[in-house]
Amino acid sequence: MFVLGPIGFTVPWLLWGLVALPVLWLLLRAIPPAPIRRRFPGVALLLGLKDDEQQTDRTPWWLLLIRMLAVAAIIAGFAGPVLNPEQTEAGDGPLLILVDGSWADARDWPRRTQRIAAALSEAGRAGRPVALVALTDIPPGELVFAAADTVARGLPGLQPRAWEPGVEDMKALTSALPEEGFDTLWLSDGIARDGRAELTDVLAARGQVKAVESLRDVRALGAATYEGGQVGVDVLRARDVAAGPTEVVARGLDPAGIERELARSAAEFASGETSVTAAFDLPPELRNRITRFEIAGEATAGAVALADDALKRRKVALVAGTVDREGLQLLAPDHYLRQALVPTAEVIEGTVGDVLLSNPDVVILADIAKVTEEGALVDWVEAGGLLVRFAGPRLAASDVGRDASDPLLPVRLRAGGRSVGGAMSWGEPKTLQPFAEGSPFRGLALPTDVTVTAQVLAQPGPDLAEATIAELSDGTPLVTRRSIGEGQVVLFHVTANAEWSNLPLSGLFVQMLERLAVSSRPVRPAEAELEGTTWVAERVLDAFGNLQEASDLPGIPGERLAEPALGPDLPPGLYASGDRLIAVNVIATGRKLAAAEWPSGTVIEGLSALRETLLKGWFLAVALTLLMIDLVASLALSGRLRGAQAGIAMVLATAILLPLPEGARAQSDADTRLIEATGSVVLAHVTTGDARVDEVAQAGLLGLSEVLFARTSVEPILPMSVDLEADDLSVFTFLYWPVTTTQSAPSPEAYRKLNRYLRSGGMILFDTRDADVAGFGAASPEGRRLQALAAPLDIPPLEPIPSDHVLTRAFYLLQDFPGRHAGRSVWVEAAPPDAERAEGMPFRNLNDGVTPVVIGGNDWAGAWAVDDNARPLLPVGSGLGGERQREIAYRFGVNLIMHVLTGNYKSDQVHVPALLERLGQ
Amino acid sequence: MTTTGHMSARPAGLRRNAEGLASALPPLMADARHLASTVQLGEHGRRLSGMGSEFWQYRPAHAGDEARFIDWRRSGKADAQFVREREWQAAQSVHLWVDDAQSMEFTGDQKRQSKADRARLLALALGVLLIRAGERVGLTDPIAPPRSGEVQLLRLAHAFTRPAGEADFGAPEARAILPGSRAVFISDFMGAPEGVEKALGLAADKGVTGVLMQILDPVEEAFPYDGRTIFESMAGTMLHETLKAGDLRDRYRERLAERKERLAAFARRAGWLFTTHHTGASAQSALLWLYAALRKDH
Repeated sequence: MFVLGPIGFTVPWLLWGLVALPVLWLLLRAIPPAPIRRRFPGVALLLGLKDDEQQTDRTPWWLLLIRMLAVAAIIAGFAGPVLNPEQTEAGDGPLLILVDGSWADARDWPRRTQRIAAALSEAGRAGRPVALVALTDIPPGELVFAAADTVARGLPGLQPRAWEPGVEDMKALTSALPEEGFDTLWLSDGIARDGRAELTDVLAARGQVKAVESLRDVRALGAATYEGGQVGVDVLRARDVAAGPTEVVARGLDPAGIERELARSAAEFASGETSVTAAFDLPPELRNRITRFEIAGEATAGAVALADDALKRRKVALVAGTVDREGLQLLAPDHYLRQALVPTAEVIEGTVGDVLLSNPDVVILADIAKVTEEGALVDWVEAGGLLVRFAGPRLAASDVGRDASDPLLPVRLRAGGRSVGGAMSWGEPKTLQPFAEGSPFRGLALPTDVTVTAQVLAQPGPDLAEATIAELSDGTPLVTRRSIGEGQVVLFHVTANAEWSNLPLSGLFVQMLERLAVSSRPVRPAEAELEGTTWVAERVLDAFGNLQEASDLPGIPGERLAEPALGPDLPPGLYASGDRLIAVNVIATGRKLAAAEWPSGTVIEGLSALRETLLKGWFLAVALTLLMIDLVASLALSGRLRGAQAGIAMVLATAILLPLPEGARAQSDADTRLIEATGSVVLAHVTTGDARVDEVAQAGLLGLSEVLFARTSVEPILPMSVDLEADDLSVFTFLYWPVTTTQSAPSPEAYRKLNRYLRSGGMILFDTRDADVAGFGAASPEGRRLQALAAPLDIPPLEPIPSDHVLTRAFYLLQDFPGRHAGRSVWVEAAPPDAERAEGMPFRNLNDGVTPVVIGGNDWAGAWAVDDNARPLLPVGSGLGGERQREIAYRFGVNLIMHVLTGNYKSDQVHVPALLERLGQ
Repeated sequence: MTTTGHMSARPAGLRRNAEGLASALPPLMADARHLASTVQLGEHGRRLSGMGSEFWQYRPAHAGDEARFIDWRRSGKADAQFVREREWQAAQSVHLWVDDAQSMEFTGDQKRQSKADRARLLALALGVLLIRAGERVGLTDPIAPPRSGEVQLLRLAHAFTRPAGEADFGAPEARAILPGSRAVFISDFMGAPEGVEKALGLAADKGVTGVLMQILDPVEEAFPYDGRTIFESMAGTMLHETLKAGDLRDRYRERLAERKERLAAFARRAGWLFTTHHTGASAQSALLWLYAALRKDH
């Protein structure tokens, strides 16, 4: 390859043609333009007139220049110019391709895999053995170098992780390295971490190390903290490079349950700083809704900070008995409760009737025996409220829960209560017993000085042990609990003030309230607090910052949760224990990001500079443009360009040069379309913003429409593209939705429209076009995108299409549903569990109505697509088998539309014999 | 139909003529009538009492008036007898000459009428107006001397639909013009001006007055040509090659203005009127001008 600056030429000898240009110049200059013959009656008046000069015989110099440039551009274009030609990397011997595989890689993961693929194919050409290792996922045993194409097969399985490689990982790799030398290509995520320098040294000792780093800065979010009425989120960056402000978005569920952006805040890094705080000043209602913070435009796990209880402030209603105004404040029954709760919860006070109106999360009754609004309170508890009661002299004196169990008490109480260790009793004040297995207080350290001198006693019974969650050293229950409906009632058998015990004076009291999710802790709990608890991952983050279901992860002890190091056993995500929720974020508290340092001598390559760009098209386009200009200019010069001709020439020239503007659709236009769609059956597809995909979808629906027109009595008009934001969906019966990774999620308003559409009998065919929907998501970028897109949709439970589904026989009898790919399962609404096969019937008596969604990845539009001449647009399979597959794809389309239009008609047909028989009688 | 049998009884030659007429005439006739209908000027009255069909005035009857001239209805309203007088209307002979040379077939734009079409349309429409006014209209050719009546219109139309002549430029034929009559010459006058001047002199000698109407295409006026061009006349007998047509524009227009000036001056001397009409302008204004010019002095 001949390289000239940043441009290389693949066929450099063609450039010799440029030498001929001066000759062409002379030739063109020598030949005058041809004359035009015109009929003109006025010639009689012209006779005898002489030309002033002979100059215009020649083509003007600028026109010649245009022609020269056009020819030069053509010659250069065919010489195969390449921008940034990829220089082959020299070297032989084994090559280790090392990937950090952390969350920071996720942002440009496709480019990284492209780079790896390029390196692999190059190594394959050079015959070098290759090993591909991700630091977050080091294979056991010694590193094995294999042929490049073998390694390349494993490339699609390489995925970044939501955590970062630790020192152990680096050490594990060091020990797995073979003795002989090899070169290393390290695709680094650009973040400094312990052990990296050592590993680099080890690798440099074996051979050349070449590092590939993205030029873009890595940004991440620290955990959200709540302080002084504001939520602060730390934004971190690895490199101190000038950049615009970082937008941090707070997301959460809106009242309709749809996730949306709740707030947005911009943070600007000061020069030299790698950390800045983005502040959100939000009302409590909004703040409690926040589920996550993320950096706008960064799809990595590190750019996501999940919110947990620490942000939430529960609304606690405090109801005390009649307050003795004359008494000392410290003796008030609710004084210590208020002290414990005010810093961490929103406390409201009043009568039971009053506080229930504000819909609190928790109601605390301090020494109240009889509640006047008992019915309302019971309803509230059954609807999920938490009622915490404290005993006291009034409760002890009353007969509530004596003879029959009170609905608002967890256990029956014995009359009077007891007093121990007082002046009039024999015993010593009782201490607490360590909390038993299964108690929500399990793991809390017991201060030795907490004693109880008086309490109300529970009536012994078979269910008392089960209800007890804390007991005194002599085995009498101190705290009991009972579930009512979806809520629960908890009774502390002591007072909430220091009258009966000094428990309210201890830190244990606060921790117990927190464990009961009455109050929420302000910061992440310390290790000591987590001891003894077991946490189960509810949802985990993947490297791209999406939350995934995590049903198969084992429970994690609280001690592990307190460690900052994440790993396969502790992926970032939301962990729950009882009612409490803890977010484990990628960026641990206090973590700073720093740019990776490489020892001098390491070759560092940017990720972006690698793109080879073929310039042939551009050169030829320039040549064409110049020739167009030449055409118009020559016509103008020779006087052939007048009036209408000029217009035509201009229009031709511009039509060739300018692509038609897209997407400009006037409102009236949209109305006409909708009116048309109302009048007849029309197939429609959702616009994705990817021009090629939209084009294929349109062509596919055109092909299907034509097949429907030819074979069935369904006569659709030309298919339409639907803009979810702007168009009214109610006029469409069928929507085809090709899923692309770049597609932006519709607005909440559009989702409302979609849900209404689905409820009112519309159908959406989701097509991930990747032939792989096996994992129902996560397996491919499109799958993940589909999950994200479809999450707010009102979709019933799905199942792989059963063999007796109506879709298999709505028009044609089918068992496969191929598109361009003969992929695996297609998903439809699940049959009701009680569907049974009636006696003598070939099919089950399946659900009524139409499945609102069909999900698959077979790229049906691609198989259906035809051009304007009704010829297939894209190849399917190969040869006759491929055409058969296309035919089956069409049949699937026909069945689908039949199913949409006729519902379960074919299912009803099954009963025809039975109906006929009945009629006969 | 009964007409079929009726028609078949006629000589075949007449029928052939009628069909030939019918094929070419209706468009031209229809256009001409349409154009003429836009001019509502009434009859060619002399504003004198005399022979005519239009009422002029009532005058008291005096000796010598025949009894049958007395208008009894008017006289019944009064004691005296009244005679109803009619306006004196005299028929005028008008000769039309439309240049049928090749140069008239030119048009600068496909969408525009050729000069010849416009000239014939104007001439025939003028004929319609004049015949409607009771005048006698004919050609300068001996083949169609001036006559009145609708049939004469058909004859004129037939004459106008003849194919164009062979010559590049035409000159008016003035020999058959009746003395004292009026004449209308419509041409582009692009040819040698001597022919026109000769005919005009001949006509003036016979006491004939009239109108010269020069019809030009807008392109002939503007000369919007550029670049290396070979101009040739419509019949191909004249050629002129130029390397830079744009340079000739001013000189061409100068010569055209000279030509107009010369024609206008000669017309003035002979007591004729001269005007230039462009095919780009509306035919109606030209027809109005022609009609008014013919009425001007008697």
